[in-house]
This record gives sequence, C-alpha cells and structure tokens, in this order.
Amino acid sequence: MSATIVEKIFSQHCKRPIRAGRVVMVPVDAAMIHDITGPLAIRVFGEMGGERVFDPERIIMLFDHQVPADSIPAAENHVFMRRFADEQGIRNYDLREGVCHQVVMEKGRAAPGEIVVGTDSHTCTYGAAGAFATGIGSTDMGFVLKFGALYFRVPESILLEIDGTFGRRVGAKDLILSLAGDIGADGATYMALEFTGRAIREMDMAGRMTCANMAIEMGAKAGIVPPDATTWGYVTERRAIEPFDLASDPDASYRERRHYDVTDLAPQVAVPHNVDNVVDVTEVAGTRIDQVFIGSCTNGRYEDLEEAAEVLGSADRFAESVRVIVIPASRTEYLKALRAGLIERFVEAGALVEAPCCGPCMGGAFGLLAPGEVSLSTSNRNFRGRQGSTAASVYLSSPATAAASALYGEITDPREV
Amino acid sequence: MRVWKFGDDIDTDAIIPGRFLTIYDPAELAKHAFEGTRDEFAAGVRDGDIVVAGRNFGCGSSREHAPLALLGAGVKIVVAKSFARIFYRNAINTGLLPLVCPETDAIQDGEVISVDIKAGCIDLEGRRLPVEPVPDFMKRIVEAGGLVAYARSLDRVETCNTA
Repeated sequence: MSATIVEKIFSQHCKRPIRAGRVVMVPVDAAMIHDITGPLAIRVFGEMGGERVFDPERIIMLFDHQVPADSIPAAENHVFMRRFADEQGIRNYDLREGVCHQVVMEKGRAAPGEIVVGTDSHTCTYGAAGAFATGIGSTDMGFVLKFGALYFRVPESILLEIDGTFGRRVGAKDLILSLAGDIGADGATYMALEFTGRAIREMDMAGRMTCANMAIEMGAKAGIVPPDATTWGYVTERRAIEPFDLASDPDASYRERRHYDVTDLAPQVAVPHNVDNVVDVTEVAGTRIDQVFIGSCTNGRYEDLEEAAEVLGSADRFAESVRVIVIPASRTEYLKALRAGLIERFVEAGALVEAPCCGPCMGGAFGLLAPGEVSLSTSNRNFRGRQGSTAASVYLSSPATAAASALYGEITDPREV
Repeated sequence: MRVWKFGDDIDTDAIIPGRFLTIYDPAELAKHAFEGTRDEFAAGVRDGDIVVAGRNFGCGSSREHAPLALLGAGVKIVVAKSFARIFYRNAINTGLLPLVCPETDAIQDGEVISVDIKAGCIDLEGRRLPVEPVPDFMKRIVEAGGLVAYARSLDRVETCNTA
C-alpha cells in the first residue's frame, strides 16, 4: 500500500500500516522543553501523578527565551527546571547552548524517521532532519514526560514541488514567506507540508531548517524534507546512525500537490500584522525602520549571518537611525561566525551582537519596540505586539533583505545594494 | 452567555502577550488577557462569558497560557469558524471547550447566546446555529475531566491502538 513519508513514520513506530486521519497513541523518540513552557509541563507531570520521567535520555531541556534571566520570575523558573533535571537525571543544556531548535538539530537529537515533540510551536524545524516533529502544549508534554507517548491524529500531507534555482540574494526565507502568502495562515491546518523539488534538493541544511521552521505559520502540524545525502551528511556527523531509505511512494495519496518555481522569485517581505501578508520587497521598499533583528530559530545560523555580512560588504556602518541587533542562534553558530570574522564586522558596523537566545522574537525579554516603532526582523512572526508594543509594526524578511535595509534605514531590495 | 466577538487569526500573542509568560496562575493571567489589543476585555469579562471568533483562532505560539488566561477570566467555551491545531488541543487538555461553528458571522459582540452542547447548537435571538461535534477521542479526554485527570487514571498507556 503506498504511503506518504509521514504515514510511513507513524507506521514504522507502530509496526503496522497507519493511514492519515487515524488517531493513534505512539511512542515519541525525543521531547524538548524550554524555560517558558517547561515549568508548566513539569507541574502537570506532577499533577498527573508522575514520579520518574519515562526516559531521561530522550528528554532535552534548555533555556533560551529569557536568558540570562531577565526577571526574578524567569530566574525562579530556571531554578525550578534545573532542580527537576537534577532529580530526574535529564541532560540540561541550561542557558549555555542557544535557541532550542538549533540546539536539538546541531546536537543530533532529531533524525530521519523519528517522532519528536517540543513545547514550542516551531518544533516543526526538525522536519529538516527528516523527522516528524511537532509543537505541543504543556499539558500534552506532561503526559509525554510520564508515558513517553502521545495521541496524534496522523496528518494528511500537502506535497510542495519546488523547482528552479534562486536568483542572487534570494533564498529559503523568501521561498517560505511566499509559500505562507500563497497557502495562507491556516491553509495547512492539521496537515504536514512535504518539501520536495530541485530548489529543496539543492538547499543546504540551514535553508531547509528555515523552511520547515515556518510550516506552523501555515497552520501545519509538521513540515518535512525527505532525507537525502545532505540530510544524512548532517545527521551522521552528529550521531552514530546508519542511513536508510525514507521517502513517500510516488503514488502516495496527498491532500493536494502544489507546484512552484523559485527562478523569478523576488525577495519577500511579510508586512504587519500577519505572516501570510506577503509582498515583493519592491512594494514596501523605502519604508522607514527603527530596528533590525537578525537571528532566531528561523534565521540565526552561520549561513544567515554570512548572508547578511555579504550584503554589508565593504560598507563601514549600518545607518545610524537604525538599531541593529544580531543574535547567533547557538554557541556553536556564534563561534563559527566569530572565527570567520563576521562578529567583528557586525560590531564595527554598529550592531549589538547578543549571546545566543530568542531575543526580541518572543516580545518579553529585550529589544522591545515602543508604540509607533517599526522593526524588520528575520524571525517568524509579525503579530501585533510580538516584539513589544501592540502599537508597533513588525516586518519579516531574509537576512539579506534585513542587512540591506539596515544599511539604508529603510526597507531595501538586497539585489540593489 | 454574553459574547466577546473577535475576528480572524486571533493569535496567542494577542490572547496573552509574551511578557506575561512567567505567570502560570489562570486568575493572574486573566488580568492580562488581550492586553494591548482589547483592553476592555480583562476589566469587563464576567464568569460564564463566551468568546466567539472567526477563522484560525489561537494561531501562533504553543503557549498554554492562552487557554489558561481565558479560563481564569471565567470563559469556559470558545466558538470559532476554525481553530489553530495546538490551541485546540491545549484547550481540550485544560478544560476549555473549543466549538467549531461555521456561522459565527451571525453572532454579534455583546449579544447574549446559549450553547446546547448535547444538541450541538447555539441559540441566539430568533436563530439556531449548528456546531460541529467534538471528535470522539477528544470527548473521552473532556469527559475524564481533562488530560490531567485522564492521565492520573492510567499507570501506562497502550500504544498503537487506533481510535
């Protein structure tokens, strides 16, 4: 019987065929909790009568949303979680490693064919590693911590066939923003997005993570890139695992097949206050901005920083009217950028380079916007109030567009720089 | 039940902004529900009021603080044309009943309506709107009193039985 990659992953976990639409309790391979949603999950685990977690080695704990602690309650949450990790023997990366999704990927904690859950909506990022990965709430996580399993409705899939080659200074973020614009903020609700085609095959892991990361912005339960040599190269560098074949059957049943070509795609910008409110950069070029944020689980990797630095080129300074905040997504990515001289370039150009964390993206820690201010951000959400005041505006773009705009103090087409 | 009417794509940052996520007490969260987007909500909401919205209610972050803030405000039912997936699940798990009704355009802000969960309909002035039934496996969790109560009743779970 033919099946999608997602149906195959569920079928392999249950050792019998499981079709889309079925509701099934399945064991999970790994579970991630962070400092915002983790404390509640731990409390719920206790309320459920949990004493020992199902398997401490399958639980990933780290702090990234409010690090270093930005308030006393945040510090108390960190202490509460550290204590739980110690009691349970859970490996806690604490605040040392960076943003959860980047850390799970770079530590090899997600691999092809696995089912991974996390108490963060962007857990779908690990679809870039060929895993079925999805965000869950704290109560669901309490259940996972106790039983190592969770109910899922196995999702139907939308096949995205993405052909062509990107033009200069256009890439993965522009693609995923244009998909969000086309499919809409709820166009893939309850479904999985399967990314295929030449543009995906030729994309590096950083770009694939950017794409899978934003599947949730279309309402999807998961985004997944069928594993290929690029995936296996990344995963086997991080974990002892033998590559195997895992892909949808050619005649698998999809909810929908959508075809795109990126060859003529322009840099894309999501304008306030919805992620699916997407236009070509040319339509908003000239919009004055007060702050630029380059970072997040969407675009805080070395490749993203390199893309921004390439646009910065030999320019001395970012525009003085703009606050530029650069936050590498992890300690590892920070070190790569440091050793390549990128951090020095950003600091020389006037940017604030912060230690790895979620930064302005969660709208609670720092880098907040005042009423009337405008931000251009490489993160994933431009909801009203997402980065501070509900009377502020957030635009979303690629690192290249963000860097070009930081040079001029207004939204700028990176192809023109 | 008095209606608080909202539009499409109400995200969880709007329901409870990021700066309040160190709070876990529903009553405390309720003081900041819709802060900055609809300030009169927290001050004016009364026990038993109902939130009615358009498409994709609860999109965005997985924060369970969102259903908890509504529960803390005394809201026990949210009716929308559709829900974002994680919010829907979080609502069921925490005991906030999410009901899907394609015709929420017919419901006005401030209107008093009644919901007949068993009959699967909403009654308003001179009209009756159908709501979609809650899926069976979700109903089991609701009937157990939420996922916590359901989990307490189990020593272990049987995996891979389809429902």
